[in-house]
Amino acid sequence: MSRQHERVGGGLLALPGTFLLVVLLIVPALAVLPLAFTNWEFGRSQVALIGWGNFAELAQDARFVAAVRNTIVHMAIVVPVTVGLGLMLALLIEDSGPLKTVYRTAHFLPVVATLAAMAVVWDGVLHPTFGLLNHALGWFGLPPHNWLRDEALVLPTLALIAVWHNLGFAVIMFLAGLKSIPRALLDAAMLDGATSTLDRVRAVTLPLLAPVTVFVTVITAKRALGVFDTVTVMTAGGPDNASEVLLHLLYVESFEHLRAGYGAAISLVYLALVVAVVIGQRSLERVSFHER
Amino acid sequence: MNGRSLARHGMLVTSTLVVASPFVWMVLLSFMPPERAGRGTVSLLFEAAAIRANYAAALTETNMPRFLLNGVIVCAATLGGQIAIGAPLAFALAKTAFRGRSLVIGLVLVALLLPSEILAVPLFFLCYGLGILDSYAALVLPGVVSPTAIFLLYQAFRTVPDELVQSARIDGLSDWGIVWRVMVPLCRPVLAAIAVLSLVGRWNDLYWPAIAVTSPELMPPPLGILVFRDEEAGTSYGPLMAATVVTTAPLIVAFLVAQRRFIDSFTASTSR
Repeated sequence: MSRQHERVGGGLLALPGTFLLVVLLIVPALAVLPLAFTNWEFGRSQVALIGWGNFAELAQDARFVAAVRNTIVHMAIVVPVTVGLGLMLALLIEDSGPLKTVYRTAHFLPVVATLAAMAVVWDGVLHPTFGLLNHALGWFGLPPHNWLRDEALVLPTLALIAVWHNLGFAVIMFLAGLKSIPRALLDAAMLDGATSTLDRVRAVTLPLLAPVTVFVTVITAKRALGVFDTVTVMTAGGPDNASEVLLHLLYVESFEHLRAGYGAAISLVYLALVVAVVIGQRSLERVSFHER
Repeated sequence: MNGRSLARHGMLVTSTLVVASPFVWMVLLSFMPPERAGRGTVSLLFEAAAIRANYAAALTETNMPRFLLNGVIVCAATLGGQIAIGAPLAFALAKTAFRGRSLVIGLVLVALLLPSEILAVPLFFLCYGLGILDSYAALVLPGVVSPTAIFLLYQAFRTVPDELVQSARIDGLSDWGIVWRVMVPLCRPVLAAIAVLSLVGRWNDLYWPAIAVTSPELMPPPLGILVFRDEEAGTSYGPLMAATVVTTAPLIVAFLVAQRRFIDSFTASTSR
């Protein structure tokens, strides 16, 4: 078979996949940019370029401002709690003996469970009068709360559900990271005087886990930015925009109010946040690999 | 068991109970007769009649069986498409030289970083233009190209020795034949990982189905259960919880049966 033949054959094999990749992913991604500068609405034929009009409107839109703020606050709660708890649980599970698989499995269950369905369940768990959580608080003599209708509580509550949903992912990644740490290093640290487990964790385990920690942080951050199902099922952004987030607002503006141009502008803001996380990852990686 | 070990297991058991509590509550409520579930009284005294009534209501008085069938159809079609489209492309990228190869690799890497939600407005318009809104085609089409699948297959195919590809060519296999009869069978673990990630992603997706379909007959389970919930208006928790059990059960059972595979797949999805 000639070289030329191989080139043509390879090109032919690549063609359908490349075509669909371009049509379904690349072109739509590029199309968002110009769309964000139009007043296009689904179902209307007239479209005009309106420059920065959508962005000017967004800046004045209380619901959008709340959505940006809440999305960032949500991420700021979810990431440290998930990473911290995930690391702690992984360290505990790692040496837990025969029950190791049981603990790991239980913590991973929420990752595969359908979040929209589990949000319906959480809605019941958090119900002000007959929910499990208020009942459980009652056993300890604590007062009940209306978790999803209280402006101060709704966002932290949703964030804790996101922690519940993502924790297992962090745990398995930390467990994979822990497995790659050579036993000999821990033994050497012991000989060097790190006699307590905590000392060895601090001296050996944590520094070696730095790259995994960056990874878990970034993946958790991306998943936290993508919060949608729980908001849609449980709060629809309320009360009074206290739980409005970017993806939910993007959905409402684009597909309920049919404002495609405005929705495209929100998409760009969301993309900017995701890109910021990726850039953060790059610089964190440089630091964490450098430290080794 | 010494004190330290006791503390370790104490913390892990507590954490496990907290994480598992919504599942336990869901299952218990789905077993309760309406008068008790309505008051939120959960007990461990089960009545077979109530269990039967709740699950029968969830499965017969609603579109639930149809939602589940839709979920299966969409998952199967999407996964099939992802492999049918991804494997030849991954082979071309890994084992052949053609003009534009590095450009295509670049596009795959860019696509890996794109959050799919930002594509919703253009994809909705594309489906409208194709006249396929509110159909299975609209549910499946945006997902048939998976950058993750392409990338995982590309990585796996690169580890197959070139000599194997050459000798298959000498034996008279076409490139198309090599993809399906040599490469894919050699890379079964990667196919399993792609299947796990694809099925978990698709079965659980609410975002795109909420955009693409409006007819109840086409809704996959996450969307269907919301319609069910709104119809019930919170009056009968038993059947609603039975519906959530039925929705979450397939993936949970699959995970419990193939835990290693699931966990390895999720770990692999991040190793780029």
